[in-house]
Amino acid sequence: MPEIVTFYLLAGLAILASALVIGQRNPMYSVMFLIVAFAALAGLYIQLEAPFVAVAQIIIYAGAIMVLFLFVVMLLNAPQEDGAEWDRAHPLRRPGIGRVGAVLAGVLILQLAYALMKVKELEAPVGSQTGGVTVSSVRELGKVLFERHAFAFEATSVLILVAMVGAVVLARREGES
Amino acid sequence: MIPLNHYLIVSAVLFAIGTAGVFLRRNLITILLSVEIMLNAVNLTFVAFGRYRGDVDGQIITFFVMTVAAAEAAVGLALIIALFRHRESLNPDAFTSLKW
Repeated sequence: MPEIVTFYLLAGLAILASALVIGQRNPMYSVMFLIVAFAALAGLYIQLEAPFVAVAQIIIYAGAIMVLFLFVVMLLNAPQEDGAEWDRAHPLRRPGIGRVGAVLAGVLILQLAYALMKVKELEAPVGSQTGGVTVSSVRELGKVLFERHAFAFEATSVLILVAMVGAVVLARREGES
Repeated sequence: MIPLNHYLIVSAVLFAIGTAGVFLRRNLITILLSVEIMLNAVNLTFVAFGRYRGDVDGQIITFFVMTVAAAEAAVGLALIIALFRHRESLNPDAFTSLKW
């Protein structure tokens, strides 16, 4: 029972905070609400017996990526969306082709709802009846990561290097050598 | 034990919120934040499926998604800074040089 209450609390908090991210006109508040949503998701990961993912979620997302976003919001002096301009140029208010995106978003929601209705109820993990329950320790995770997924792991380091060089090149002022 | 469906529904709702944000907001930073919401919704699906299948592959791919999200945020924010220097605006409608 307490685990169901915790689930609904965390899920509700994640959805509410995400909706507020979309609802804010000031990007500063959006970033703050997104940190709340990430913390709630970390709670859900702990409930799913993935504590290391939860910790990585807090450290990488809330700690690193969101701080990066906050830096940029403050660096650019966070221009807010203009209300009058919003009314004029809003995609839902544009005629014809501009509404395609909104229609696609509606179709996506319908598809997700349809797919979820087809899902069979799965009350407990597969194999928990036979006693094969896995508690994923960091040790086990590391073994799988470095044995079966070693190539993907190394490729990731190249990706990060490319992203780092790309970010430095893109954000550099023109004319500097 | 909470049924798998509940996690999938939460994930679907989060993904839909992220999609709506990308389509509706007129601010490049908020659009990037919406993309992060979508990535997190997918992460939740991966971890939930991994948990109910009883292996750790769902968590492994979550780490890769997080890494890609970090790289995407770094490059995306660098692009936003470069664009802001050009036009003094974060409205995506201000950048129409490539429009035909």
